This record gives sequence, C-alpha cells and structure tokens, in this order.
Amino acid sequence: MADTMKFDLVSPERSLASVAATEVRLPGTEGDMTVMAGHSPVITTLRPGIVRVLGDGTDLEFTVTGGFAEITGDSCTVLAERSLPVQDMTQEHFDEMVAELRARHDAAANQDLPGPAPELVKLLSDMVAMGTHIGLDPTQASL
Amino acid sequence: MPSLKDLKNRIGSVKSTRKITKAMQMVAAAKLRRAQEAAEAARPYADRMASVMAGLAGAASGSANAPRLLAGTGSDEVHLLVVMTSERGLAGAFNSSIVRLARQYATDLLAQGKTVKILTVGKKGREQLRRDLGHLFVAHVDMSEVKRVGYDVAQSIAQDVLSRFDAGEFDVATLFYNRFVSVISQIPTARQVIPAQIEAGADTGASALYDYEPSEEGILAELLPRSIATQVFAALLENAASEQGARMSAMDNATRNAGEMIDRLTIEYNRSRQAAITKELIEIISGAEAL
Repeated sequence: MADTMKFDLVSPERSLASVAATEVRLPGTEGDMTVMAGHSPVITTLRPGIVRVLGDGTDLEFTVTGGFAEITGDSCTVLAERSLPVQDMTQEHFDEMVAELRARHDAAANQDLPGPAPELVKLLSDMVAMGTHIGLDPTQASL
Repeated sequence: MPSLKDLKNRIGSVKSTRKITKAMQMVAAAKLRRAQEAAEAARPYADRMASVMAGLAGAASGSANAPRLLAGTGSDEVHLLVVMTSERGLAGAFNSSIVRLARQYATDLLAQGKTVKILTVGKKGREQLRRDLGHLFVAHVDMSEVKRVGYDVAQSIAQDVLSRFDAGEFDVATLFYNRFVSVISQIPTARQVIPAQIEAGADTGASALYDYEPSEEGILAELLPRSIATQVFAALLENAASEQGARMSAMDNATRNAGEMIDRLTIEYNRSRQAAITKELIEIISGAEAL
C-alpha cells in the first residue's frame, strides 16, 4: 500500500518542500481533493487554504494563498503564489495577506466592475476561513 | 612639472580611490552570490510554469476564443517597452547596454510607423532615455526603496502592465533586461511577454493527458497573468545578478587601474626626488669649488 509519489511545493521565490508522500490534501478551487499515488493526471487551481502532506513519518502542513497544482501518477507539484509552513504562519503574516486581499477587493468594488468582485469576496472568505482553521484571528469582521 | 608635494597628494588620493573600488568590488561579490542564489531558487517555479503554459497554450491557441493575452489583440500598432535598469551606476556598461538595445528597438519601431510607449524600471535607464525618447514615457517604477527583489515587486509591475493592456493601451509588450551568463558576460535581452510567446520545442503533446479543473480555458485565464508576473520576476532577478556581476568586474578593473597609476606616480615621485637631491648636491659642490 505504501506507494509514494514525489511531492514538490514551490513558490516563485523558493522551493519549500520536496518529499515523498503517500497522500496530499489540496484545497482545490472546486473543492478539496486528496491525491494519492496513481491519481489520474489533473491540473487544478487552488483557493487559499491548507495543503497537507502525509508520508512515511512526515506530516506537513502549508498555507497557500492560491496557485495551481499539477498532478501526474507519480508526482504532485504545487505552484503556490505565496506559501508558508503552518507553524511559521503568524498573526502578522495573516493580517498582511488579508489586508492585501481586502485592498484588492475594495479597489475592485470602487471601480464598480461586475466581474471580479464576487471572486474576490470568495477569496477573502476562503482566506478568513483558513485563518480561523489554524487558530488565527481575522481581526476585521468577515464579509 | 608637478612639485613633490603635488605628486604625494595625488598618490594619496589614488590610493584612497583604490580602497573604495576594492571595497565596492567585494560588496558586489557578496551581493552577486545572494542574487545568484535567489535566481537559482526561482528557477523551479518558472520552469514548471513554462511547461504547464506550453501544454495549455498549445491546445488553446488553435481555438477561436483564445484569451487576448495569448492570441494578442490582432494588431501590433502600439508597443510597450519595459526597460529594466539599475538604481545605481558604477556598474560598467550594464545600464548603457540595455538602454542601447531598447533605443535601437524603439527607433526601428518608430521608423516602421508604430507607436511606442516606454515603462522604465530603475532610475538609470530613465535618465539615459529621457533626452531622446522622454516623450514616450508612460510610467516609472522606482526601485530605490527595494532592498531585495521579491515576488511582490514583480507582481505589482505585472499588475500595472496588465491593467494597461486591459485598458487597450498597447498591443505588444517587451521586457528589456540583462541576461546573466557569467561575471564577465551579461547579454542584453529583449523578451516579448504579451502576447505570450511559447517556447518552441516544448512538449505540447502532454496537455491532452490532463484533466483540467475548473476548465482548460479557466485555468489558462488564471495562469496567463501569473506567468507574466513570473517572467517579470525572472527578468528582475537576472538583472539584479547581472548588475552585481557587471559592477564586480568594473570595480576589479578600476582597482587594477588605480594600482597601475600608483606605481607610475611613485616612480615619477622618486625620480623627481632624486633629481632634486642631485641638484642640491651639485649646487653645494660647485659653490665649494668656486671658493
């Protein structure tokens, strides 16, 4: 059963993890998914959330703010826009991320564009949900 | 002929110049190592992005409703040149080689009757282009506050470029930067980012194997802006490494030149000192003989 696949987590600035994993849980845009070795090839976008990597004696959790994942039978690569190991994720970082997203949301709302605003609302609420999940306070009231 | 005092002063000042250039060279060497590491660390992401993009774009470019970022606006009348240079000088030909390439490119386009707009990143390029192409400037990104080139910087530049594209301000965007080859060689490079250029030879057949979630078009629409940010980021990193490399070799040259100059001045100083002594001796001896 212990079939493993190669898991890579890379952000634009550096590579965060490269380990063998048996199971990877991804926050896909269209719903969470668990990837195991031999999964059919998929490319999916990610929403803000937590990527959990389970392997032989490894159990890693990373926060991602979005990006996409490329899954083939024997590898799973996550290209995250911004990513941090959960234990390094502080209230400070989280506040910054939320503030950034909120600024984008407000800017879009001001322009009165019908397009991206609902998406940003979803992004923002996903982000807030992610924060609450790991016990951080989203400080600003949720939408 | 300069007096002994003058020569001594000059030797002193060249010596302190040599100290400064030596220090700058060492600082550049340390920064270069860091810049190279950053460029190295960013490579996996850029490579993956390029390969996924190649797969997707190969499949989508044929269809009629391909995104505008990929297929272009259908014309190439208005060109945006993103000229990336450094904030500081004293880096040899680093800035002028980028500027020369960009100026050449702009002049060619203007000669063909196209419209050219220029977005400058970094002060030095702006200063050099202002005289003859200043009327084409549309924006400037100040990098003097940026200590370390981060992805967020690249993202904001990309955001700016994309919003201009969405507003229909230009049809084609090209990045100008120095590609880092080695400490003594940096190649000024022009790279077209909009419409996206898919590297030839990439494996386009693989795309058919993947399932796409949400959809192929959806992912492509999300990926294209990101890929532009990634390319801007890669260019910024290459540029940062090139800048330090160019500065390092320029300062190495300067240090060597200063050393040569000191040797020459020291010889001249000793010669004239000896000449003065000889002259005094002759005066004394001939004075004694005359008695």
